Amino acid sequence: MSRAEIFNRIRTGLKVGADDSARRAAVEARLNARARNLIPQRAQLPAEELVQLFLNMAREAAAEVIEIERREQLAAAVEHYLQAQGVGQLVSSDEELIVALQWSHDNGIVHERRPARAGDEASLTGSFAGIAETGTLLLYSGAERPTTLNFLPDTHIVALRASTIVGPYEDAWQQLRQATGGQMPRTVNLITGPSRSADIEQRLQMGAHGPRNLVIVLMHDE
Amino acid sequence: MARLPEFDALRDQARDLKNHILEHLDLYLEVFERNVTANGGTVHWCRTAEDARRTILEICQQKEAKTVTKGKSMVSEEIALNDYLEANGVRPVETDLGEYILQLRHDHPSHIVAPAIHLTLEDVSEAFHQAHQRPKTSDPAALMREAREMLRKQFVAADVGITGANFLIAETGSTIICTNEGNGDLTQTLPKTHIVVSSIEKVVPTLEDMTLFLRLLARSATGQEFTVYNTLSSGPRRPGDQDGPEDYHVVLVDNGRSDMIASEMREMLRCIRCSACMNHCPVYGAVGGHSYGWVYPGPMGSVLTPQMVGLDKAGLLPNASTFCGKCEEVCPVRIPLPKLMRHWREREFEQHLSPASVRGGLGVWAFFAKRPALYRLLTASGSRVLRLLGGKRGRLAKLPLAGGWTDHRDLPTPSGTTFMQQWQAQQKREHRS
Repeated sequence: MSRAEIFNRIRTGLKVGADDSARRAAVEARLNARARNLIPQRAQLPAEELVQLFLNMAREAAAEVIEIERREQLAAAVEHYLQAQGVGQLVSSDEELIVALQWSHDNGIVHERRPARAGDEASLTGSFAGIAETGTLLLYSGAERPTTLNFLPDTHIVALRASTIVGPYEDAWQQLRQATGGQMPRTVNLITGPSRSADIEQRLQMGAHGPRNLVIVLMHDE
Repeated sequence: MARLPEFDALRDQARDLKNHILEHLDLYLEVFERNVTANGGTVHWCRTAEDARRTILEICQQKEAKTVTKGKSMVSEEIALNDYLEANGVRPVETDLGEYILQLRHDHPSHIVAPAIHLTLEDVSEAFHQAHQRPKTSDPAALMREAREMLRKQFVAADVGITGANFLIAETGSTIICTNEGNGDLTQTLPKTHIVVSSIEKVVPTLEDMTLFLRLLARSATGQEFTVYNTLSSGPRRPGDQDGPEDYHVVLVDNGRSDMIASEMREMLRCIRCSACMNHCPVYGAVGGHSYGWVYPGPMGSVLTPQMVGLDKAGLLPNASTFCGKCEEVCPVRIPLPKLMRHWREREFEQHLSPASVRGGLGVWAFFAKRPALYRLLTASGSRVLRLLGGKRGRLAKLPLAGGWTDHRDLPTPSGTTFMQQWQAQQKREHRS
């Protein structure tokens, strides 16, 4: 009832005639072309400069960045960070990269692989891409990647492969379409720094409802 | 701006893209609906605010929901959802920090992005002390920790999560929310049912097109390079997913928007609710958001409110503008807000909605304005008389027929000479030297 009424009003307002094939063709063309709009110069850098731009922008957004040379250093880097912060618990995703990690087990840190619950101290996930333009991480949901890990724990640690850093968001969309066969995942998260709010007297406070700390472990060899 | 020299060019593209979308609005909405359905979600079309409230309540009742968490949504304010749910036995819990504070105080937003901007630290401190029964603190960080702790329980306990949407993406059947707190994400991920309430003009064709608007939105709203969490949702939990909602509904509200397509108000449908116009408005800055009387304040509110609640009720809003033009200057989709306000003023006059005193006054003014010699004579003598009445104080405490003004403040008296007289005197002085 409402639906027909709304569409009628729109079409009447637009003075759509009996033949709207030209309009339909215009819509189809736009949807199929997925043309890019203007992309800022800042995001169009040579590959080697993109990593530095990503690091600068992520740090500016208050993310903490730990750089490691090799993937094999990931577990140690994460454990070192957790110990330094006095965190004794880590929940992780079931991604291949994470499952393969060799934890040391002699430092008292409790490891679990499951979706996050209220009260979890820290989580570890991978990421699909880094977007240099604004220091943004792109993560998406799936059976091995519960979304709650990105939001409930106090600290979210994200492993990022240097080779997945792109300039503008548009490059990430293109790669996402390829990786998922065009089927949009249930949830796509673009994350730029830790949670914050300025709702009390416009004073910026970090750590509103999402993670208080966002830690990016950048793997240079990957 | 220095970091994004393309800002103005992006604004031009955003304006043109919005115009293209509005020209093809029905078709993009059809594609959006088709793709939401393919993703396993349901789209509900609601012509009026009443339809939307009822639709949302019915979904909540089907799920036997007792508690509903809410992300920040101006459309839900527009349809007055909270009061309705509460009256029907469903408890809504606002989770955006600003909205949560307002809910505790039974207050309403005064700004579309920073809803509690009118409150002081002391107000928040008192509201938390009353509601949480904890020792009073005036440390903003401690207050935020308190809200985080209190709301965490609600996020987990809620049966339904309701969020708004900044954009609807036709290509993928996705909705996107942009938040800095992460409250919207917990709201939509933890409960079994996720309801998105949004409006029909928010549809965009592709992810690339959405990206154009995202580049403009954060910058125009808060001056950030990018909002912390930009989250796309495309339907319910997929096979194998360990978390996420089991049901996904998109409630699309019209509430007068389709009527704007054929009118001069169509340009207002480009609005992406960034709040730049109110952030830069001298009138908004002086009177605050509540003075606008309804959900949408500032210049965009002065244009939208007469459309949505009626010119007879909101006719004053488009008149409360200095027409300084700042709002149009900063609008990321280049809406000519002063032109649209002027349009309402004309409609108001045509429909004889302005008070008799205003119409009478304008008539008298028009009579003299058409007779310059008489006009000058009258203003010159008027200025001298007021100057004499004001005496040395230079102000008048009482003025006949203007009690509404002088009850609350004095009227500064004119200088005794008119602008024209001063201009001529200056021209003469310059001529001599």
